[in-house]
Amino acid sequence: MALDQLDLAAPPVAVRAVGVTKAFGDHVVLDDLHLEIHTGEFVALLGRSGSGKSTFLRILAALDGEVQGEVRVPRRRAVVFQEPRLLPWQRVLRNVTVGLTRGRETQAKAVAALDEVGLAAHRKAWPRTLSGGEAQRVALARALVREPELLLLDEPFGALDALTRIRMHALLRDLYRRHRPAVLLVTHDVDEAITLADRVIVLQHGRISLDVPVDLDGSRSRRQPAFAELRSRLLFELGVTEP
Amino acid sequence: MNLVLRPPGTHLSAAGRPTEEDLVDPTRLATRRHGSRLPRSVQRLLGPVLLLLAWQAASSWGLFDERQVPSPASVLEAGRDLLRSGDLQAHTLASLGRVLKGLALGVSAGVVLAAVAGLSRLGENIVDANMEILRAVPNFALLPVLIAWFGIDEQPKVVLIALTVVVAVYINTYAAIRNVDAGLVEAARTFGAGRWEMVRTVVLPGALPGFLVGLRLALTGSWLALIFAETVNAPKGLGRLMTDAREYFRLDVIFVLLTVYAVLGLLSLALVRFLEGRLLTWRRAFDGA
Repeated sequence: MALDQLDLAAPPVAVRAVGVTKAFGDHVVLDDLHLEIHTGEFVALLGRSGSGKSTFLRILAALDGEVQGEVRVPRRRAVVFQEPRLLPWQRVLRNVTVGLTRGRETQAKAVAALDEVGLAAHRKAWPRTLSGGEAQRVALARALVREPELLLLDEPFGALDALTRIRMHALLRDLYRRHRPAVLLVTHDVDEAITLADRVIVLQHGRISLDVPVDLDGSRSRRQPAFAELRSRLLFELGVTEP
Repeated sequence: MNLVLRPPGTHLSAAGRPTEEDLVDPTRLATRRHGSRLPRSVQRLLGPVLLLLAWQAASSWGLFDERQVPSPASVLEAGRDLLRSGDLQAHTLASLGRVLKGLALGVSAGVVLAAVAGLSRLGENIVDANMEILRAVPNFALLPVLIAWFGIDEQPKVVLIALTVVVAVYINTYAAIRNVDAGLVEAARTFGAGRWEMVRTVVLPGALPGFLVGLRLALTGSWLALIFAETVNAPKGLGRLMTDAREYFRLDVIFVLLTVYAVLGLLSLALVRFLEGRLLTWRRAFDGA
């Protein structure tokens, strides 16, 4: 980008994807995708199964390197997968610190992160004794402790029961408000996207077909007409019409 | 619950509708485990004990020819004689020494080879096919080769045991390394685990249950290989005792030896169980939940 084009008013960018194309054999999954996510911005990426949304997240997570186009992400990233992916043979606390240099400071940060997700008391538990929601909260703590500039969430609540999911939404919203990382949430749940994100992007056939801000008041109540309106619009974009 | 017997049909009210007395107590119907105060390990010995009792009874009634099927009492007698003379202890110790050496050699080699083959493609290309070939070769064919290479003393015996052990440990540990959940490996990588931390905290712990299965097979296999190895020039050892008993047609001694093998087998199993309990606490926590 030339210097004279630099927009000084715009917040710095956390993710920049320019012309990202990804194909498995003949099957094009991402087709010339352009996307920017600002620092501290919460973006939800909506799409049907096979729309390429998880592929895109995996590229940002540096799990897939065979891509065309240009991608830039911050150095400090963290991922929460659909499954907690905790090491069953390590206790909860050690799972949070995996990959970090060991030491008293790391330990203290990990305990603080577990405390934030309400699981400080479980630090010595074995992962298999946790419920699905608790395990996913540990996965959140494991991501938080890295103080990520970009938090990548790959359908993190998809495997949870409906009640736990509502509680996790509140927790995630709260954590986001406190730490302000850029977030990319991949989901197929329209309600989840509107409840959590500040901007919703719909991915269809490897391209962005819709990019809308979520202009709702702070409560994000589903009773607001604006919520229902946005919901219908997104569902329509995804090819679902409600009676 | 009260069981009241009534003629059929009378439990229906006049209107023909079922009454509350038709309801049954499901906690009574459900199969309940009948608790016993004996520990489970003792309970499981019921089968062998019954077999022994039946065997002794049949011998006492004269159903068997004592030369063909010695009674448990005469086997016990023979065992006592062997213990009193110190022969049984000396031979068992000699065999135990060989097995331990063979195990030490075989288990360490098996783990190293499994790690080499499991952690890299090149290692797999070099090691894996060789191990499959070794697995296919029968001990019977191997022993003459080992004798040609190592002479007829201790070495070929220990090496034969080690080869049996190495195959069992390698096959299971290698498969377990390759079966470690790819999702866990991927997650650990995104969280910045380097290669060494990956191996140490993800791959090897994940392969541990498979290794223990291999160890269990190796322990059983080591005793079987031992008997065979000791048929050649073993001045001391259970195999030697077995060969002598066969020469003199001492079936009672052979039965003593079978008992010794059975006990050694059970002890090996107990050892692996102990290791599993110690090393797989995280799994026990799950089972107990």
